[in-house]
Amino acid sequence: MSSGNAYEIHALSGAYAVDALDADEKVLFEQHLAACPACQAEVAGLREATASLAQSVEADPPPTLRDRVLADIRTVRPLPPEVESERPTKVRALPVRRRLTAFAVAAALLGVAGVGTVVWHQNSTSDQGRTSAADRILRASDAKRVSLALDGGGSASVVRSVSAGRAVLITRGMPSAPTDKVYELWLQTPAGTMVPAGLMSGGSRTVVLDGDATNATAAGITVEPKGGSESPTTAPIALFDFERAT
Amino acid sequence: MSHLSPVSSGESLPDDPGTSLGALLRRCATGDEECFAELYDLTSRRVHGLVLRVVRDPAQAEEVTQEVYLQVWRTASRYDESKGSALAWLMTLAHRRAVDRVRSAEAASRHDTTYHQGAHAVPHDTTAEGAESSIEARRVRNALAELTKVQREALELAYFGGYTHTEVATMLDLPVGTAKTRIRDGLIRLRDAMGVGQ
Repeated sequence: MSSGNAYEIHALSGAYAVDALDADEKVLFEQHLAACPACQAEVAGLREATASLAQSVEADPPPTLRDRVLADIRTVRPLPPEVESERPTKVRALPVRRRLTAFAVAAALLGVAGVGTVVWHQNSTSDQGRTSAADRILRASDAKRVSLALDGGGSASVVRSVSAGRAVLITRGMPSAPTDKVYELWLQTPAGTMVPAGLMSGGSRTVVLDGDATNATAAGITVEPKGGSESPTTAPIALFDFERAT
Repeated sequence: MSHLSPVSSGESLPDDPGTSLGALLRRCATGDEECFAELYDLTSRRVHGLVLRVVRDPAQAEEVTQEVYLQVWRTASRYDESKGSALAWLMTLAHRRAVDRVRSAEAASRHDTTYHQGAHAVPHDTTAEGAESSIEARRVRNALAELTKVQREALELAYFGGYTHTEVATMLDLPVGTAKTRIRDGLIRLRDAMGVGQ
């Protein structure tokens, strides 16, 4: 990608505001955005304009969706404001670019905080890093996929790229984890040990698994107590054998 | 920072002109389910309409809309009114989710599907029937009329089609840099014509 010079990068603001950048460009632009107040202001202004655009395509969602959404939120805890985040400094006091830089670094490392934070710490900004990371893995030329139907309904696939050293879990219509439980993701080492690879709550999601998946022989999902476990305490509800990946 | 845009965008949503979406979001962040329900009622037509327009498949669009509102509930505390209107925050989130859905589906099926086959034939009818009467619909229509035909075309493929600017360039047979320029110029013109976000 040849958008190394500042002028070209600046010109990506419009495409960025409508999510029309390629994954690589997005990472580049977000790094630039972090340090460019002019682009920050422009993106914000363009997004105001796009919000109105959607007015022309309004459509009623199915009435049952309202009930489902309202039932769903009872099982999800709203995130605290960022001032109470686990980061050592008062995040709210930081300028935007500092936060964006942190996310860009996170995206670059393909690392998403620690175990237990894959889903719960996402917000609109960290989502971008996470999605770029997932995109890169999904689009890798050596990406291989294992798909399973889940017993409780829905389906799940794990896509692993050895060159990226990472795996992505994609769920569709996965039932929510039982009350006080969470789904924990695992990577299996060649020795057969299950290593924690993040937590999730079900639904339809794309989640990059924590940890190096280069040599993993399988990925798994178990139901664990909220907060997750160090090693599986229940039988997996899904086991993705990379031998069978295509 | 005082913005005219958040208020005007919020006010033009149907039914309850006096309600500020930003205030509802702040209540959501405290776990107020009634305010969340009100926010859903005020915004779900627009969110779902956009998601449906991008994703196309009604069942998948429903899932994405559901994900969007769960994310709104979970991350309401992260909305910062100094950076833009609540509506822009919400619609940005909805658009990104919708686009993520179509792109990960593409990436996942790229081995057995011809990429974007038939994309040219996609109709993009962006004029909703019932919307004609509202003031905002007129504002949007008038603002869109300020765009050149080629700007509108590129912008619609990107925003409603969920295509990247390089894909848009290929579809329209343009040099790569041209589509991103049209998208940006179109958005700037739209923003200026609507008098938002400046």
